[in-house]
Amino acid sequence: MSTALLHTGTHEKKAVLKKKKLIPYWLLAPGIIWLIIFFLVPIYQLISTSTQTQGFGIGTYVQTYRFSNFADAISSSRAQLFRSFEYAFLATVFALIISYPLAYAVAFKSGRWKNTLLVLIVAPFFCSFLLRTVAWEQILGEQGLVIKTLRFLHIFSAQDHLTATPFAVVAGLTYNFLPFMTLPLYASLERIDIRMMEASGDLYANAITTFRRVTVPLSMPGVVAGTLLTFIPAAGDYINAELLGNPGTKMIGNVIEARYLAIVDYPGAAALSLILMVTILILVMAYVKRAGTEELV
Amino acid sequence: MVDASTSAHGDLTLTNLTKSFGEFVAVDDLDLVIPQGSFFALLGPSGCGKTTTLRMVAGLEEPTSGKISIGKTDITFEKPYKRPVNTVFQNYALFPHLSIYENIAFGLRRRGVKDVDKQVQNALELVELTHLASRKPNQLSGGQQQRIALARAIVNRPALLLLDEPLGALDLKLRRAMQIELKWIQTEVGITFVHVTHDQEEAMTMADTIAVMNEGKIEQMGSPADLYDNPRTSFVANFLGQSNLIKGSIVDSSGGSAVVDIFGTKVGLAQDRNHAHDSSVLLGIRPEKIRIQPAGTAMHGNILEGGVISDASYIGVSTQYQVEMPWGQELMVFEQNDDGTPPLAKGDAVVMSWEPIFTFGLAGDQDATAGSEANPDSE
Amino acid sequence: MNKATRWFSRNLIRIYAVIGFAYLFLPIVYTFVFSFNDSKKSNLVWVGFTLNNWKNPCGAPDVCNALGNSLKIGVLATFFATILGTLMAFAMGRYAFKGRSVVNILIFLPMATPEIVMGASLLTMFISFGFNPGFWTIVIAHVMFCISFVVVTVKARIASLDPRLEQAAMDLYADERETFRRITFPLVAPGIAAAALLAFSLSFDDFIITNFNSGDVNTFPKFVYISAQRGLPAQANVIGSSMFLIALIIVLVGQFVGRKRAGVR
Repeated sequence: MSTALLHTGTHEKKAVLKKKKLIPYWLLAPGIIWLIIFFLVPIYQLISTSTQTQGFGIGTYVQTYRFSNFADAISSSRAQLFRSFEYAFLATVFALIISYPLAYAVAFKSGRWKNTLLVLIVAPFFCSFLLRTVAWEQILGEQGLVIKTLRFLHIFSAQDHLTATPFAVVAGLTYNFLPFMTLPLYASLERIDIRMMEASGDLYANAITTFRRVTVPLSMPGVVAGTLLTFIPAAGDYINAELLGNPGTKMIGNVIEARYLAIVDYPGAAALSLILMVTILILVMAYVKRAGTEELV
Repeated sequence: MVDASTSAHGDLTLTNLTKSFGEFVAVDDLDLVIPQGSFFALLGPSGCGKTTTLRMVAGLEEPTSGKISIGKTDITFEKPYKRPVNTVFQNYALFPHLSIYENIAFGLRRRGVKDVDKQVQNALELVELTHLASRKPNQLSGGQQQRIALARAIVNRPALLLLDEPLGALDLKLRRAMQIELKWIQTEVGITFVHVTHDQEEAMTMADTIAVMNEGKIEQMGSPADLYDNPRTSFVANFLGQSNLIKGSIVDSSGGSAVVDIFGTKVGLAQDRNHAHDSSVLLGIRPEKIRIQPAGTAMHGNILEGGVISDASYIGVSTQYQVEMPWGQELMVFEQNDDGTPPLAKGDAVVMSWEPIFTFGLAGDQDATAGSEANPDSE
Repeated sequence: MNKATRWFSRNLIRIYAVIGFAYLFLPIVYTFVFSFNDSKKSNLVWVGFTLNNWKNPCGAPDVCNALGNSLKIGVLATFFATILGTLMAFAMGRYAFKGRSVVNILIFLPMATPEIVMGASLLTMFISFGFNPGFWTIVIAHVMFCISFVVVTVKARIASLDPRLEQAAMDLYADERETFRRITFPLVAPGIAAAALLAFSLSFDDFIITNFNSGDVNTFPKFVYISAQRGLPAQANVIGSSMFLIALIIVLVGQFVGRKRAGVR
């Protein structure tokens, strides 16, 4: 009797396991299908468009596998491409410099205000990204108080500007993506056991050594996540360059946008988009590999 | 209850129970019968397989092979929610979003029991926390959470209650109080308790029967006194309390008491405490059983001469001595401070003795230090 | 060291944090203050205080139409993205299955792709399939880029769940379905709510992808972008400020309720 019972038991168990094997796929299916149709297929379309050439009439293109579209795109927009990465890099570095002490203060020095301060870090998100950028444009602009004060104090002459400069674009990028940097930094700093820092102090490390040898290494996952979350959108952004820059500060996003929506040069825009995406992916991979973070999501 | 197996009762029987995780065998061909109504402890160092055994009984882990049954009912592959088994989890696993009342009512509601309110109140009274019914778990102290976890499990009157290191998170004083309380509750409700712990004192205080586990197997099983006074392996001798184990050889085993030669001295060993397979033996004696006096004092029983005190620490109720013997081994002696004589000092030459009935003999081919690193007392 | 410098060095990090927060909030304060500006056309210079803009937030042409679209799109996108993303998060957080790393990459990719590339590629597809961009293409696009963020948020919550709680429920006679309904879901719910809030704010705030795929449908960010070039009406400041305040209140109330539910005194 007992062997028979044991057998049915085993069979039942197997059946349950099999059913369970399918469950994750059922759960994943709707989201995966959505991402395939509206993310992967478009990217495929983008790839295929990137080698097309102009057909008859504006906006009609035929597939000719013209790979020199890429060379053309690069040679015509090299400056903007490099500028995008330069600005994104600068904005990421500035955001890191500004965010780290901020996240550190919230994680370790805020006491019972911690949750409130955390909400305040996210809060700027609740006010439209464009409104804030426009606000900066006006604060720093020709009619704003800042420039008037600087001119009044003769720090700035009438020819000096704050807006329509590379400085303004980088500052705008830094500002806009700052919470993306601060939040992951906070999350990884918060997880650090404060006793580890005390132990380091106990073992004859001064505050700076403790910070360098204990705090920073332990917060690396946050640094990696934060820099990625800042760099990626910054490199593809064109709003800041549009609102805070001048024709000399155009980024690759501005070029792609114009080629798509104004010039209707789909292959050129597609080629540039791919170049941007692939470059970012390569940079991200290299960076993640160096930083040694395994799980990306 | 709807399911037949939940009404199962009787002894818990584990037959050839094995669990391996890849190459690692956590539980190795375990055979065990736990009588109904007993307070049973599975004692062993971490990683010995005791928690895995418990989880298999609870249905949270599936055995690689073997069988688990309660009375005549096979529950080896039964779902956890169909077993007449409840668990008090390590760190309690109280549901943080439910009130204390709802935590305790959880099992009753799932089983569709009628008088939930009355039973919950009874359970709260049993653990004396009636006034906390509407609180949330994180508003309670560790000891209170522990009692709620217990109430949540026993309110279901399972055939078997499993306790996974239930007192591990409590401080020493509270742990002592809870040990007594747990024992009392077990007597009160009459449910079989299976208690997993690495703390030998906890096991000895509460359990009727202790099984000492090591590397997936049971080393020895018996009452606390039996395990302590008559261990069968060096692991048990060292893991439960402390032991002096001295290499020797049996020179005469003709009488009711064997004669053992240890480095030239002859001592007596009762045959029913001799577990050596041949003449090679590890002679065991507990430190508190040894009497110690300045060299030259007349002694009776088993006598060891030639020792010199290498360390003496006064700890109030007793003085603990390390005595270096002529063959280089250090023996431990715990002497009660009850006779008004001043403690002996480091460097004093001493003579030691003990009653032959306290001697135990272990097979001479074992590691004399097995189990001593795992002993929480030596940490 | 004298007293003042010691105080300064001990509180350096706090002083820094105050400056940091001031920097974060300067444009928001500016937006809020200028929502009371009695400007006629362009809201660039302070003219005088008025409550008219707040009394009549739809006063500027098209601003409320754009806002309405943004809200509708935000709600729809949040709804779908939260459902799809939560299902995926449970699969990722609770099951071992083949192809996990591929799924991981597919979830990560949209977050690593610049918005302009996603916007442009979606438009390319819509055009080549003869789809006219409009309201629904915006919703589709927003769901797409919100899913990954929902998955990451909910998955983190699932991962932080003590598996012993579910085991305890099973031990206490709850079958798989009851365990999910009574224990797993209530405990993951705050993570799902946070994910939904994140999805809504991403959708509501999105400009780049929307701009590509909206045709002639106006949204609030699009309205701001277009009118910024000839001077933003103060009504935009009113709407921006009130959205900010409403969201802040929701989060603070949510935090308060969450704390009460968790039973923290």
